[in-house]
Amino acid sequence: MANVFTNIGDWVTERAPGMMPMYRAHMTEYYAPKNFNLWYYFGSLALLVLVNQIVTGIFLTMNYNPSAAGAFDSVQYIMRDVEWGWLIRYMHSTGASLFFVVVFLHMFRGIMYGSYKRPRELVWLLGMLIFLVLMAEAFMGYVLPWGNMSFWGAKVIVSLFGTIPVIGSTLVEWIMGDFLPADATLNRFFALHVIALPIVLLLLVVLHIAALHEVGSNNPDGVEIKKGPKGNRWDALKPSDGIPFHPYYTVKDLVGVGFFLLIAAFIIFFAPTFGGWFLEHDNSIMANNLVTPAEIKPVWYFTPFYAIVRMIPSFAGTAVWGVLAMFGAIAVLFLLPWFDRGKVKSIRYRGTGYKVALGLFVLSFFGLGAVGAGITAEVIPEWFGNVDLTTYENAFGRLMTLIYFGFFAFLWAYTHFGWEKTKPVPERVTTHD
Amino acid sequence: MANEVVDHGRRRFLTATTAVVGGIGIVSAAVPFIKSWEPSARAKAAGAPVTQSLAKIEAGQMLAVSWRSLPVFVVNRTPAQLATLPEVDSRLVDPKSNGASAGQQPKYAQNEARSIKPEWLVVVGICTHLGCVPNFVPEIKPEPFDPNWKGGFYCPCHHSRYDLAGRVFSGVPAPKNLEVPPYHFVDDTTIQIGVDPKEAG
Repeated sequence: MANVFTNIGDWVTERAPGMMPMYRAHMTEYYAPKNFNLWYYFGSLALLVLVNQIVTGIFLTMNYNPSAAGAFDSVQYIMRDVEWGWLIRYMHSTGASLFFVVVFLHMFRGIMYGSYKRPRELVWLLGMLIFLVLMAEAFMGYVLPWGNMSFWGAKVIVSLFGTIPVIGSTLVEWIMGDFLPADATLNRFFALHVIALPIVLLLLVVLHIAALHEVGSNNPDGVEIKKGPKGNRWDALKPSDGIPFHPYYTVKDLVGVGFFLLIAAFIIFFAPTFGGWFLEHDNSIMANNLVTPAEIKPVWYFTPFYAIVRMIPSFAGTAVWGVLAMFGAIAVLFLLPWFDRGKVKSIRYRGTGYKVALGLFVLSFFGLGAVGAGITAEVIPEWFGNVDLTTYENAFGRLMTLIYFGFFAFLWAYTHFGWEKTKPVPERVTTHD
Repeated sequence: MANEVVDHGRRRFLTATTAVVGGIGIVSAAVPFIKSWEPSARAKAAGAPVTQSLAKIEAGQMLAVSWRSLPVFVVNRTPAQLATLPEVDSRLVDPKSNGASAGQQPKYAQNEARSIKPEWLVVVGICTHLGCVPNFVPEIKPEPFDPNWKGGFYCPCHHSRYDLAGRVFSGVPAPKNLEVPPYHFVDDTTIQIGVDPKEAG
């Protein structure tokens, strides 16, 4: 029997001699730093969720009807009549939210340990592109059930483009293919959601990983293992502080996968709507162009960005500034490697100013999220009594917006003018023995 | 015949022209795909102008007409209601509709009454805040949401208020006056929504 497999293996190798070397380069002979910690689970978890979204998504399309007349009913059909349809849909909807959970943590890891810095700028840029496509993918997916929040969410988000002077209204009609979100809108969003964007996403993920393996992984100490001593148990020329990705990190990631699946299963089985955070209650009502939900708010992962749109007032007769600020909030993340001039990568050896600024940045992200999700609109009257809600909310939201953008400005000044007092960075990873 | 000397200039020229011609081809081929996203003939037909008779709308009454799936409010304003318009000017964001709301109506409706004929108000009944449908509250009497209410539109979603010309009050979330759609009078008692007067000839 073993002989048969060897023969098949030899037969393939003879015809595709590059395959085994590629496998080795990315798995058994890809030497990753040996000091990865908990923060390094989220990359592989994102990949796991991507696979989940693709598999569950394919099965959802088998019963989903992409038309304004049939979409809502077909989702109810999946939930009630299709065998195990409810599980497949909840895996997909929970997966969408958990995708953003792991991606936000993955990005925070990158910021915290300076993984975006030279020579990994390209890895960071490709990662940001993935984030951008993921947001488009999530938004379009949210429209597909054609609930009332889908409809009005689509209207509000597409209307953002209407604030662009001159071409705005034409652009909005072009995106929707009608004067309101309609059949045409739903159909094109379906096509983009199930075919176009997933292809782009997969390509970007391959490039992201290829770019990473070209330069090698960063680590919690932010030291370059390739510049450290050479020679390890497997190869005399490879970094001493590196271990083969497979089996060491594949096995480590399996532990993360087990833990993650436990949490995911709990949500899917016991709290699939997550109290209205993962699936909004208003979306259980069919789309109606004459009745608006009491409060139109996006799903949680868009709330920080949505809050920025709301916090920027219109000026010179146009509301485009809020939209520009929202896209700017993502653009500054793209440019992070060039805002941060510091040579020290990891937060472990960076100045106090950086640590405080990063803390405030995370705070502003949550603060903006609270504004966008309507939490501030609820708690302000509770805490301050009968005050003018708009004034209080704007004051808070604008402060948070200022801190968000201030982080990047501060980071540039802090590192450009040499105000940062860094600690000495060790020669090798701290746990090298 | 093999050339002994490679003519680099000629090679660059050929590469550049091939790239340019190919580029033009790709851009041209993209046009139909981009145009396919525009509203289709069916969508345009559904968004065609709507003709509405005004004969049965009594003074002080409102009729909601569907145009492009949007509710269009047609209001027959009484002289008493029209007289309230200048009274609320000081409480409005943009009473002359020439500031933030400059783009909210065609030029021919950019006046105090925001209409072609003062008594007939034609506005899209979609709140400029987040697109809810406001209620028509025409009586000139104190309301729970405004003790000095002079009649107008009140949005139940986020409490935006508009006067009887669809002009937004200050201190509410909505930034702009209600939109006046293009419309014109076909004759004294008929309007067509969706076509400007000059387009109609």
